[in-house]
Amino acid sequence: MGRFADTFLNWAVMAQYAPRILEGTWVTIRLALAVAIAGIACGLFLSVLRAFRFRAINVLIVFAVDVLRALPPLVIIIAFYFALPTVGVRMSAWVSTWLALSLVLMAFSEEIFWAGILAVPRGQWEAARSTGLSFLQTLRDVVLPQAVRLTIPPLTNRTIAITKNTALGAVVAVGEILYQAQSAYSFSYNPSPLLLGAAAYLILFIPVVCFGRWIETRFAWKR
Amino acid sequence: MILDVAALHKAFGRLEVLKGIDLRVKPGELVFVIGPSGAGKSTLLRCCNRLEEPTSGSIKVEGVDILTPGVDINAIRRRIGMVFQSFNLYPHLDALGNVTLALQRVLKKSRSEAKDIGAAALQRVGLGEKEKAYPNELSGGQQQRVAIARALALEPAILMFDEPTSALDPELVGSVLNVMRELRESGMTMVVVSHEMRFARSAADRVLFMDQGRILEEGAPQKIFNSPEHQRVREFLVSIER
Repeated sequence: MGRFADTFLNWAVMAQYAPRILEGTWVTIRLALAVAIAGIACGLFLSVLRAFRFRAINVLIVFAVDVLRALPPLVIIIAFYFALPTVGVRMSAWVSTWLALSLVLMAFSEEIFWAGILAVPRGQWEAARSTGLSFLQTLRDVVLPQAVRLTIPPLTNRTIAITKNTALGAVVAVGEILYQAQSAYSFSYNPSPLLLGAAAYLILFIPVVCFGRWIETRFAWKR
Repeated sequence: MILDVAALHKAFGRLEVLKGIDLRVKPGELVFVIGPSGAGKSTLLRCCNRLEEPTSGSIKVEGVDILTPGVDINAIRRRIGMVFQSFNLYPHLDALGNVTLALQRVLKKSRSEAKDIGAAALQRVGLGEKEKAYPNELSGGQQQRVAIARALALEPAILMFDEPTSALDPELVGSVLNVMRELRESGMTMVVVSHEMRFARSAADRVLFMDQGRILEEGAPQKIFNSPEHQRVREFLVSIER
């Protein structure tokens, strides 16, 4: 037991590297928030664009979304960080990770919003249009409020899953939790910082999970 | 004429649903449309505000040809109230919100003005105390009356009813018909697709019998119900007696 504690719960090592983990936590929070906001906003925008049913545009949207959903996020991050510079596009590790994950979340949330829009009965469109509301007014005031409520459970799940992928930023040396924990591990030759990192993820994401559950009940309404 | 439909045709692909409909509705008139399912009754109503695009023919609402390219269809639609079989209330808005949405968005009324008009409309359908109720908290009959108030609040020139009582429990039908009767007495122009023959007898000015995309027979309710010319109409009336 003593050896276990020494290896995994070494307080001295933890105390030494806690500031680095804290720093990493702050980077993860900013990255995750930036991904969630950009990804969901762009996904919503694309689903609204798709609702206009312009054929050419929709073919493009579906193609892009399918590609982004099929590729592993790590591949996209690496492509942005290591491959794009060869064609003259340079971006920092932070931006590569943010952009890649935002695009992936955009793709998934577009599909989720689109399913929500389709799930709103046709009668809702007809009732609204019959009172003289325009297409956009109907979408904004009648269809989206209902669609968004339907999408909250799958959207929170997907957002949590993708924002957790900020850990992939470690591969391109974004100083987030996992990167800090790993480098602390290498420096100290003791895995305790990894445990500290895991704790940081739990403290960060458990409230998000609870918030997701709260928002699901808050916005649920009986038909 | 409030509504003037001439030679209206509508086809869904190869299926011809309307095969030349002529219908003129005078101010204050209540026109009742009956006929078997698949006759094109709903499609006729839905063409009149272009929820369906007619294939050919002309439709004039208050003298304006609504099929002219570039016509402001949203401005015309608010002149034509529509009440649906399945109510189609907005589930995320309360009764007052359902009624005031178009007042604010289409007629650009202020919030307080819209509330006053909406409250008066709900009062008119006997639901003055239900302003804050959400659709799922209302009975079917109450939901349909909110839907009528939603159409009414825009002060339409004509109200269209597409089987307004077909989705209701029998005991709730009366409350909706009472509202419709009250509207008729106040001079509202109405076109009603329905199977409520007793209501048709007592309230309609004119009854149209539609079958297979055509108006087979039309006339005063007494004539259609008591001595129809066509065998098809007689058969239909007998079949729904049961």
